[in-house]
Amino acid sequence: MKQDNPNEILSDVTVNEYKYGFVTDIETDIIPKGLSEEIIRHISQKKGEPEWLLDFRLKAYAYWKTLEMPHWAHLTIPEIDYQAISYYAAPKTKAAPKSLEEVDPELRKTFDKLGISLEEQMKLSGVAVDAVMDSVSVRTTFREKLAELGVIFCSFSEAVKDYPDLVKRYLGSVVSYRDNFFAALNSAVFSDGSFVYIPKGVRCPMELSTYFRINAANTGQFERTLIVADDDSYVSYLEGCTAPMRDENQLHAAIVEIVVHDRAEVKYSTVQNWYPGDKEGKGGIYNFVTKRGMCKGDHSKLSWTQVETGSAITWKYPSCVLAGDHSVGEFYSVAVTNNYQQADTGTKMIHIGKNTRSTIVSKGISAGRSQNSYRGLVKVLPGAENARNFTQCDSLLLSSDCGAHTFPYMDIQNDTAIVEHEATTSKINEDQIFYCNQRGIPTEDAVGLIVNGYAKEVMNKLPMEFAVEAQKLLQISLEGSVG
Amino acid sequence: MLKITDLHASINGKEILKGIDLVVKPGEVHAIMGPNGSGKSTLSAVLTGNPAYEVTRGSVEFYGKDLLALSPEDRSHEGLFLSFQYPVEIPGVSMVNFMRTAVNEQRKYRGLEPLSATDFLKLMREKRAIVELDNKLASRSVNEGFSGGEKKRNEIFQMAMLEPRLSILDETDSGLDIDALRIVAGGVNKLKSEKNATIVITHYQRLLDYIAPDFVHVLYKGRIVKSGGPELALELEERGYDWIKKELGEI
Ligand SMILES: Nc1ncnc2c1ncn2[C@@H]1O[C@H](COP(=O)(O)OP(=O)(O)OP(=O)(O)O)[C@@H](O)[C@H]1O
Ligand SMILES: [Mg+2]
Repeated sequence: MKQDNPNEILSDVTVNEYKYGFVTDIETDIIPKGLSEEIIRHISQKKGEPEWLLDFRLKAYAYWKTLEMPHWAHLTIPEIDYQAISYYAAPKTKAAPKSLEEVDPELRKTFDKLGISLEEQMKLSGVAVDAVMDSVSVRTTFREKLAELGVIFCSFSEAVKDYPDLVKRYLGSVVSYRDNFFAALNSAVFSDGSFVYIPKGVRCPMELSTYFRINAANTGQFERTLIVADDDSYVSYLEGCTAPMRDENQLHAAIVEIVVHDRAEVKYSTVQNWYPGDKEGKGGIYNFVTKRGMCKGDHSKLSWTQVETGSAITWKYPSCVLAGDHSVGEFYSVAVTNNYQQADTGTKMIHIGKNTRSTIVSKGISAGRSQNSYRGLVKVLPGAENARNFTQCDSLLLSSDCGAHTFPYMDIQNDTAIVEHEATTSKINEDQIFYCNQRGIPTEDAVGLIVNGYAKEVMNKLPMEFAVEAQKLLQISLEGSVG
Repeated sequence: MLKITDLHASINGKEILKGIDLVVKPGEVHAIMGPNGSGKSTLSAVLTGNPAYEVTRGSVEFYGKDLLALSPEDRSHEGLFLSFQYPVEIPGVSMVNFMRTAVNEQRKYRGLEPLSATDFLKLMREKRAIVELDNKLASRSVNEGFSGGEKKRNEIFQMAMLEPRLSILDETDSGLDIDALRIVAGGVNKLKSEKNATIVITHYQRLLDYIAPDFVHVLYKGRIVKSGGPELALELEERGYDWIKKELGEI
């Protein structure tokens, strides 16, 4: 009649299946595997791109060839054969769909299954959605309504055609193709993504959101997002992502660039739920992403909020370059790892302007045999008078086999800077779990509640519409996790 | 409803309960008293299924079911409630969310639909009134930053929400001021019926002045060494435990 110890009970509970693991049976246009100048020309040609963009790609490719994959992160990354990946896959459609009716029904079903009914989104939530399947943007809703305000929200490819000057001016201005290995790779082969421009003085009246989905096998996804907020504008942008369950790993190497002008504000929220691999660590997405925003203008503000639950390996540091005087950068992160997932994530706050402020709140939650690292840099340049940074970095451990690590770097070159750092590491409290149990709440739900409570400060930063979804996601990704 | 037979339990290999026998019937109030460290909280933890404790011998029957075979949450669903001696804080989890999850889990177990948000909030309001729990507390995180007395009041509020068949109140009186004691005990009495029963763990007669026990037991070194009526509590209040130890031949 021995009573189980809590760890046993916790690890007994079955692991939840990844809910988005289905594959859509849809005709896909995939180019042959491999990476070469020829392939890049092929992609560019398929997309009917102008010469300057092809040049950009080729330069990036030439530079990428001189690089080696970085190994400084606290990650164990298996060798990736870049020649075994197909760099372009698109759902086959005739011409670009003009209305929802023209979108392939299979494709629409996919997004319905993901809980992203484009029509519903349009009618009810007032959230404008751009859906990117494999490499191609499927449909952007609400375009007309936004156009009235002069807000541009479209796929990257369309932006290249319709707004070449804007794209030319800002592409690579924040994340140069020389930035790092994956940025160079993305710049060479990126296929699509979203483009946002908010004109001067416009407060975007709705959340803009993009859903990314990898469907085809053996492909990589390399999308690029470019957001420009002109003087005195505001936009809140949300990104969500899922992928089918496959035994092999798939590569996702994206770039997000944001430019924030005088007194403008951008909120960028991510709910990242790429397929994390199975219980034994087989399969899953390698998520190697470069995200950076430039607070170019005085009094500009950029706020990153991320809820990271998916991917086999995550390598991602959404950063703020605080160039404008009085500019503000924020980073709120919840990173959950379970089973054999690995995450090395954090941020960089680069203080350049005077009176710049940054806030970093990171909540790492690790379970199973996962590894979860926070890596952050706070850099204050000599001219950045009165820079302020506050960093709060908490780790919660749900098992004894997982790892939590923090790597805070500071590089302070101005004496007037005030930089504060707080860090805590704790184990999930068994008394809390039992208290919930006693009130009739099973352990899985108890863990979900407790973890959501732990991450509340960050979850509260998400737009209302997505907070509920994100809460469920946290709970689901931790089911059967403690032990 | 509850039948404990020869219950032995230990923690970290150390035996704390050394053969407990107790029968509780619907409508009854049992008081358990006993010196510090005698095993009162251990008994309540073992009955509610706290996994830190290991039951090494004996059995517990609850409404004909083998209680020890049930998970802690199912014991709760079956109608067992513990008002903790030291309620834990759960930061960031609102009382509303917590209680709603608890109530709906119980309903699920009983094959009922979850309560709608409106019905739930109505229920909260109704039950809050029973222990005069401030709305401000009900909208905060579970026990976070609550004073000692507020935590105890919050326990009885939860009891009111879950309408248990058997409640164990582990030193619910400690930390309550004089008025709060009256209100909280009044709440417990309001919840009392012929169908449910209460086990009151306490050190003091003052609580038993409000919640009148039918039986009083003395737990000492992991055993119930003496049982009697309400007069036993009065006697303990007056004389302490030495005379019992003497009876046991310890002094
Ligand atoms: N983890 C543990 N390891 C060893 N002994 C323990 C542990 N937890 C509790 N005990 C012991 O078990 C005994 C019974 O404790 P319990 O909390 O049940 O007493 P109690 O009767 O409720 O006392 P009080 O009146 O002070 O609340 C005590 O001697 C206590 O020290
Ligand atoms: Mg006790």
